[in-house]
Amino acid sequence: MPKSSFYEEEVYPSPMRQTWNEFQRNHIALGGLWCLVFFLLTSLVGPMLLPYGPLQQNTDALLLAPAWAANGDIEHLFGTDALGRDILTRVAHGCRITFGVSFILVILSMLVGCSIGAYAGMSRGIRSSVINHLLDAIMAIPTLLIAIIIVAILGTGLMNAMWAISLALIPQFIHQTRDIVRREFHKEYVTAARLDGAGNNRILFHSILPNMIEMLVVQGTMALSVAILDVSALGFLSLGAQSPSPELGAMLSDSLETAYVAPWSIALPGAAIFLMVLSINLVGDGLRTALKNRLTQ
Amino acid sequence: MTPLLTVNNLTYCKKVRPWLGKKEIFRLAPVSFELKAGETMAIMGENGSGKSLLAKLLVGVERPSGGNILLNGEALSHSNKQQRFRAIRMIFQHSKESLNPALTLGSLLEEPLILNTDLDAPSRKKKIELTLTQVGMLPEHQYFYRHMLSEGQRQRVAVARALILNPQIIVADEPFAALDPSVRSQTVNLLMKLQRDLGLGFIFISHNLGIVRHISDRILVLADGNVVESGKTDVIFNWPKSEYTQRLIQAYQALITRDD
Repeated sequence: MPKSSFYEEEVYPSPMRQTWNEFQRNHIALGGLWCLVFFLLTSLVGPMLLPYGPLQQNTDALLLAPAWAANGDIEHLFGTDALGRDILTRVAHGCRITFGVSFILVILSMLVGCSIGAYAGMSRGIRSSVINHLLDAIMAIPTLLIAIIIVAILGTGLMNAMWAISLALIPQFIHQTRDIVRREFHKEYVTAARLDGAGNNRILFHSILPNMIEMLVVQGTMALSVAILDVSALGFLSLGAQSPSPELGAMLSDSLETAYVAPWSIALPGAAIFLMVLSINLVGDGLRTALKNRLTQ
Repeated sequence: MTPLLTVNNLTYCKKVRPWLGKKEIFRLAPVSFELKAGETMAIMGENGSGKSLLAKLLVGVERPSGGNILLNGEALSHSNKQQRFRAIRMIFQHSKESLNPALTLGSLLEEPLILNTDLDAPSRKKKIELTLTQVGMLPEHQYFYRHMLSEGQRQRVAVARALILNPQIIVADEPFAALDPSVRSQTVNLLMKLQRDLGLGFIFISHNLGIVRHISDRILVLADGNVVESGKTDVIFNWPKSEYTQRLIQAYQALITRDD
């Protein structure tokens, strides 16, 4: 029989590709994604493009207004703060610290949480229910509160705040993963894979994981917005990053004293946090809707 | 000649343990039958009569509480799974559910080959293409995902998945229930053709007495986990002994005569 290839010019959209197509239809979420990409670029290359250092003080220009104000100067686009530091530079560095730290935290707690969750999902009986109910009890406490408690034990500082927040984020990943693994293990395709001779680990990595990745990404974006808020909240309360550091929350608490004289020094870092969280939530929400649409198709 | 599959007094009890006392909820009474190569046996019965359970016991999803299963005269133990997985393959009732939505058909069909044979990658691919053409699909279908196929195509993939390890017996749990009549007869003919070509033993569970009469050589009738009657298809359809079977057949006859 001659080898026929009727379908050569057709595309085979994979499930992931389908979710992406579905996501693209949601314009607001797509806008959020662009905004997120902008923040990602800012935190990666932004600090390299700017002429000032984050701690460099310019004593000739204290509390300079942004460039668009009548008494502003184009040398300092976003103006300067009470110590004459360039706010644009500090916001760019702040994005790098706040966004980057949160990103690393989420990846870390996702790895830990998913492995424990997968283990809990595959085990049965008392072991599984201990893991489950213990963590459910922890999930009842807000992450910020857990983080504050952990910081109170470990002491202040960005590093300790990072530990605290990643520990506080882990339970929700465990819970989510356990639920998914449990649900999927009862499906018929798992029985079919088992009849092919696959063991539990092979089923987990080859059959269930490909179905799980998108849900984990959605959960990850949600956790990312929580992490950003927590990192900057701890910074604001002087429990996380300490004062001269250009972390966005710490910048807010720094400029609190000059808030009436120089409102831009508090508004601009605040706006950065707001836009970051907004764009991440938009992307997360768009992904979740896209996934739901795909699964109900 | 030793029969392909011999089932001796196979029993199964499912115990539930509520807080007080023990209670047996469902049991499959001792079931015994034999299946020769190239023969088709149908299992009939109403919902909850233990048909699917029997299928699960045969393929090894559930562990029987008693009795044994002999393949070519050798006892199958629950510990030697590999041998059983290769010799007895199952076609599931819902072909859609039994295919992994996140994998291409190629990687789905490759899985049993990786786990049960020592073929290398190119010969696995060749085998997959061969099996796909065997069930009347194109080699290109290996790049497809579950959601791109019609119900009939999915059923064919399920058949391909069962065939790919060159099994001796195929157990099919209502494989035609969800198909529309034309696709159903296509699939029935496909299975009968494959059985003729490959000499498979075929155990097949169905509600549809028309198909049962068409393809099976022998019938086993189950009710509430007990074997009510078993024997040759013609005998059972023409001279049913038990009242339960009589009722089933009468209902079927009434349906045909009304259609005419």
